[in-house]
Amino acid sequence: MSLLGEDILTEEGEFIINMGPQHPSTHGVLHLKLWLNGEEIKRVQPHLGYIHRSIEKMSESLSYRNFIFATSRMDYLSAHMNNEACALTVEKGLGIEIPERAQVIRILMSELTRLASHQLWWGSTGLDLGAVTPFFYAFREREAIMGIMEETCGARLTQNYNVPGGVMADIHPNFQKHTKEVMQQIKSKLDEYDDLLSGNVIFEARTKGVGVLSKEDAISYGVTGPTARGSGVSCDVRKWAPYSGYEKVQFNEILEEGGDSYARYMVRMREMKESISIIEQLIDNIPDGDFQAKTKNVIKLPKGEFFQRVETARGELGVYIVSDGAASPYRVKYRSPNFSNLFALPIMAKGGKIGDLVAIMSTLDLVIPDIDR
Amino acid sequence: MLTVNVILGVSLIAFLVVLCFFLGYMERKVAAFMQVRLGPNRVGPKGSLQIVADTIKLLFKEGLTPDSSDRFLFNIAPFIVVVTSMLVVAPIAFAKDFQLYDIHIGVLYVSSISSMGVIGILVAGWSSNNKYSLMGAMRSGAQIVSYELSVGLSLISIVVLTGSLNLNEIVLSQQNGWWLFKGHIPVMIAFVIFIIASTAELNRAPFDLAEAEQELTAGFHTEYSGMKFAMFLLSEYINLFVVSAIAATIFLGGWMPFHLGTWEAFNHVMDYIPSVLWFFGKTFFIIFIIMWFRWTFPRLRIDQLLNLEWKYLLPISMINLILVTVMAIMNWHF
Repeated sequence: MSLLGEDILTEEGEFIINMGPQHPSTHGVLHLKLWLNGEEIKRVQPHLGYIHRSIEKMSESLSYRNFIFATSRMDYLSAHMNNEACALTVEKGLGIEIPERAQVIRILMSELTRLASHQLWWGSTGLDLGAVTPFFYAFREREAIMGIMEETCGARLTQNYNVPGGVMADIHPNFQKHTKEVMQQIKSKLDEYDDLLSGNVIFEARTKGVGVLSKEDAISYGVTGPTARGSGVSCDVRKWAPYSGYEKVQFNEILEEGGDSYARYMVRMREMKESISIIEQLIDNIPDGDFQAKTKNVIKLPKGEFFQRVETARGELGVYIVSDGAASPYRVKYRSPNFSNLFALPIMAKGGKIGDLVAIMSTLDLVIPDIDR
Repeated sequence: MLTVNVILGVSLIAFLVVLCFFLGYMERKVAAFMQVRLGPNRVGPKGSLQIVADTIKLLFKEGLTPDSSDRFLFNIAPFIVVVTSMLVVAPIAFAKDFQLYDIHIGVLYVSSISSMGVIGILVAGWSSNNKYSLMGAMRSGAQIVSYELSVGLSLISIVVLTGSLNLNEIVLSQQNGWWLFKGHIPVMIAFVIFIIASTAELNRAPFDLAEAEQELTAGFHTEYSGMKFAMFLLSEYINLFVVSAIAATIFLGGWMPFHLGTWEAFNHVMDYIPSVLWFFGKTFFIIFIIMWFRWTFPRLRIDQLLNLEWKYLLPISMINLILVTVMAIMNWHF
């Protein structure tokens, strides 16, 4: 059956529910059309376009310095990584090497962003499954990370810290001290997270064996990030195509074999520990030097096509720029992780209950503005 | 006599409304306490008037009736729910020699009236003409019909031990010790089952499938607003109080003070504490436990919810009832 099948009821007793675009658990303006038989889901069909802002088209009239910042509004929870992907593509086009200090700062900030993003995900997973309390615990730690971001980048959510050639400003003098404190705090609280949610009988019953995505399906749907790694697909861009000096740090790619919601949950829980380990390796070893390579005021990329991918908190973000030699891109295309991840939802949710759909959506960790752009 | 009854009735309703204000405040504070935050702290001393402010807001909101709804049923549903939950309060003994309606089949009355609230919920879900509401109502129906059995069976186990359906006599039978303590393990099992099953009957988390916000937006009361919505909230808190009061009466001795066998001096000291304090102390203890569930557990799925009842709680409570009966016949309790 085709993914976008006809809008007809195939069996007696089926009925259609429109979940969204205004719905508490779609985390934004996602619209899912559900074919139901009682509580059982027969078919899911995602409808997009409610938050389309034509970021790609808009970028064609922005300079290479400015178009980066539009991407903060795509996957706003990994804004720093989105910016980094664009900055890396422009640097690739210019053929410049960025200083080591800038690279390390980028990794540190990326991992902090990943931690903050996973924490928000953990909180909202609890919320989606009906446990309100985890949300507040997650936000306690996320708030501390936001504090570091505010101090160094000047912004909390859409940091806009990357520029072609490095980062916009040097780190705040208190950056290292505060980051170490926050890492200590998070490390001591991660066990609390497990106590509150991971080991809970109801939570396990709600997630184990729910929304199974096989390895083959994960690959053929182009699913990336923690969602794919929960199905045992090794796809961490940081390992397979290192950028920004990720080849120099020690970390493990987290893989789980289950493919169900619980496996995806565990991947993210374990990834938080890996991120902390990466930050702890680098926080005392930030090299001296410039935080930015020298670039011209007006950047012009040579004629050609440039592509760079990074691992955001949700999966693989690809940036594809076509340049005709002018001061702004001829064409920009983003390969966003959430778009591919969302379209694995219909096969995962089929045959489940409405409660399962909510569990699947929360472990897919969807950010809707990234799907529509 | 009629005037006295009317005054009593009106004052009971007023008392219940004030109590619900307090329960709403308590729930917010308990939730805040468990969620590392402060809770309401602006309106009135320590935020205690927040609920009053919220009620005033709800009073002034428009009570919308959707065009496509069944207007009569839609408007009457909140009242069915509130009236049934208020009726259950009648036979409860709040303090020594203070009972509004000393009916000799109290336990039967309580369990039959409390299961009538589901009619209001079903009517609300059906008449809203909204798919989410209907699903919430159907869930609620399936849930309450199932869990009613376990609630009834665990209440019957105490009826078997006491030999009376009268709530007052059940309280008096606990003069020498509460049933929870002198009933051995079977009564403890019955108590635990009662707490679980009645949490489910209350439609509260982790069994709040009827209004599962993340799945059904607001379940059966999606279309309700203003005071009609407040009625559902009111009935939820009255039910919470009623269930806890029943648990306190049946298992924890109601207004009966805590007595320890032959410790005369200790028992005397306990007797000095007014019986009304004993009753409300026990009730609020159980209310706190039920709130604790709500703020720590995730929600069950509908099939898991029904499995829990039909595969685990019901068989256990049936076997438990047999055990209690054997215990009562052989006189094995204190």
